[in-house]
Amino acid sequence: MSTSIQLRKVVKRFEALEVIKGVDLDIEPGKFTVFVGPSGCGKSTLLRMVAGLETITEGDLHIGGQRMNDVAAARRGIAMVFQSYALYPHMTVYKNLAFGLETAGVKRDEIDRRVREVAATLRITEYLQRRPKALSGGQRQRVAIGRSIVRDPDIFLFDEPLSNLDAELRVQMRVEISKLHERLGNTMICVTHDQVEAMTMADTIVVLRGGEVMQVGSPLELYNRPANRFVAGFIGSPKMNFLEARRTAPDAIEVPGQALQLSLDQLGRCSAETPVTFGIRPEHIMLGGEAGQSLGEVKVDLVEHLGGSTSVYATMPSGASLTILAPGQLSIRHGETVPLRIDAANCHAFGPDDQTLRN
Amino acid sequence: MSNEARALPGQGSNHPYLRSGLLHCLLIAASFVMLYPILWMLAGSLRPAEDLFGGGASLVPSQVTIKAYSQGWFGMQVSFGHFFLNSLLIATLATLGNVLAASLAAYAFARLNFFGRKLWFALMLGTLMLPYHVTLIPQYVLFLKLGWINTWLPLVVPKYFAVDAFFIFLMVQFFRGIPRQLDEAAQMDGCSPWRIYYKIMLPLSLPVLATAGIFSFIWTWEDFFGPLIYVSDMSLYTVQLGLRSFIDSSGTSSWNELFAMSILSLIPIFLIFLFFQRLLIEGIATTGMKR
Repeated sequence: MSTSIQLRKVVKRFEALEVIKGVDLDIEPGKFTVFVGPSGCGKSTLLRMVAGLETITEGDLHIGGQRMNDVAAARRGIAMVFQSYALYPHMTVYKNLAFGLETAGVKRDEIDRRVREVAATLRITEYLQRRPKALSGGQRQRVAIGRSIVRDPDIFLFDEPLSNLDAELRVQMRVEISKLHERLGNTMICVTHDQVEAMTMADTIVVLRGGEVMQVGSPLELYNRPANRFVAGFIGSPKMNFLEARRTAPDAIEVPGQALQLSLDQLGRCSAETPVTFGIRPEHIMLGGEAGQSLGEVKVDLVEHLGGSTSVYATMPSGASLTILAPGQLSIRHGETVPLRIDAANCHAFGPDDQTLRN
Repeated sequence: MSNEARALPGQGSNHPYLRSGLLHCLLIAASFVMLYPILWMLAGSLRPAEDLFGGGASLVPSQVTIKAYSQGWFGMQVSFGHFFLNSLLIATLATLGNVLAASLAAYAFARLNFFGRKLWFALMLGTLMLPYHVTLIPQYVLFLKLGWINTWLPLVVPKYFAVDAFFIFLMVQFFRGIPRQLDEAAQMDGCSPWRIYYKIMLPLSLPVLATAGIFSFIWTWEDFFGPLIYVSDMSLYTVQLGLRSFIDSSGTSSWNELFAMSILSLIPIFLIFLFFQRLLIEGIATTGMKR
């Protein structure tokens, strides 16, 4: 079963401090939505407001078409997986899974059937009689997820579910959560500060900054057509390169020492000589070759060999730093000068207000 | 500085047994000084009455007799066993009340939002500074008007209204250390604040509940003043009041019976310390509190 969520001009204030500033958001039924943003952007607060753990200062929250502002957390049809897992330390795994059902007054046989079914799905059956402290991080995470599944909620919320796991386990659990979503088909919201997690898991990403929504879209939409400089810099790894530039013609900009032809719809919106920011992703810069247009020459500062790709950190003649991510293994050395080329189709430009100059 | 620091362990390692032996002698001597009054009392309880003040400071009785125990136990119109039972009942009821009420009050202060919470908390802490004797007379008048004088009610009932700020504070500190996400998880699981209290908070607070329980039991057991003020009927006497009955203002005091019963009255406290010492220390250590 899947349920839609709508937020209308939702505001959260802690006394004088406004942490969520009028958020409007439509979360479609059955979608995996990820709230992403830097620390303190309000993503966890927003999630907790949906959960019912924080009151909504202003605005409306609708779940499945019903206004839920004043409905208790337990009656919203939501289950939540906490960052610290929040497993009850004095109860066995079995009791942890059964607790919500016991509270709801479900019959003992039914509880037992559901707990065992979920335990089998999550491969935790052999740990049912253990206490949480006798489990590894990944096992605890699975119990926490199990505790949310067993109640058969309409909506799942995950608050930074992978942040306490090591790198390997994180990738594994990321895949498991995505599979779980595919299998259950419920509406899910996940909060993370890690854009890689957001890109890999989400149907829809909501980028937040300072309590405001910066952009909502699919991972590739955000990657290909970021609405502003913040989103452009936040989505993608390594981060997008930004160079100070100025508009010289309706379809041309100039980064220091290098004129570039760009066909950006809204470049003409800026008056001539307006300072703009030119953006290009590290993986879209080509080292040498004939394709596209030249970005001038750079001096190589550092080369990182990752096996499948090579990261090059370089400095332009103007002093600006650039990161380049080239596929394969390159034999470039520190101190060398290399010519760079770019494809205009992969370029971005941002106006003085940091909004993207493209529709 | 660093040379001195290095020299110290070196000195110790030259004569490890001498050093440890000296230290132990010193500690044993200090313990003996502390225990001497109790040992003397024990010796006194086993001496014949006429020998009691003749032997000076000696701990070894010239003749051992347990007559004082049987006379002390059965010598009064009410048996001393009755006083033990009274004390046990009062201490158990008071402990139960203290733990229940203080944990509920502490849960409210630590976790619930209500009007004037900070003010009430400050007022509650303020009562820590009020000596018992300041409220004694108003309390006495209140209990007199309620018709509770010469009953156990004044000794037990107030404990069910969270009157001991020390226990509340101890528990608030402990509850604050329990991650709030557990409450929130329970809230998502459909728990009311009441269910969170007894299903999550109480089971996780066993060390502090035990500490409060043990202190409460010991203090109630040892309380002399409260029963003295409120209880006058001998059948309602506690152990502490029973002990006082051995000392007669007219001069015919039964000292060795007093000593014998005093030794017996220490046994419950001693046993509690023996069995719950670890819980007591854990409860105090985990709240970072000392009294």
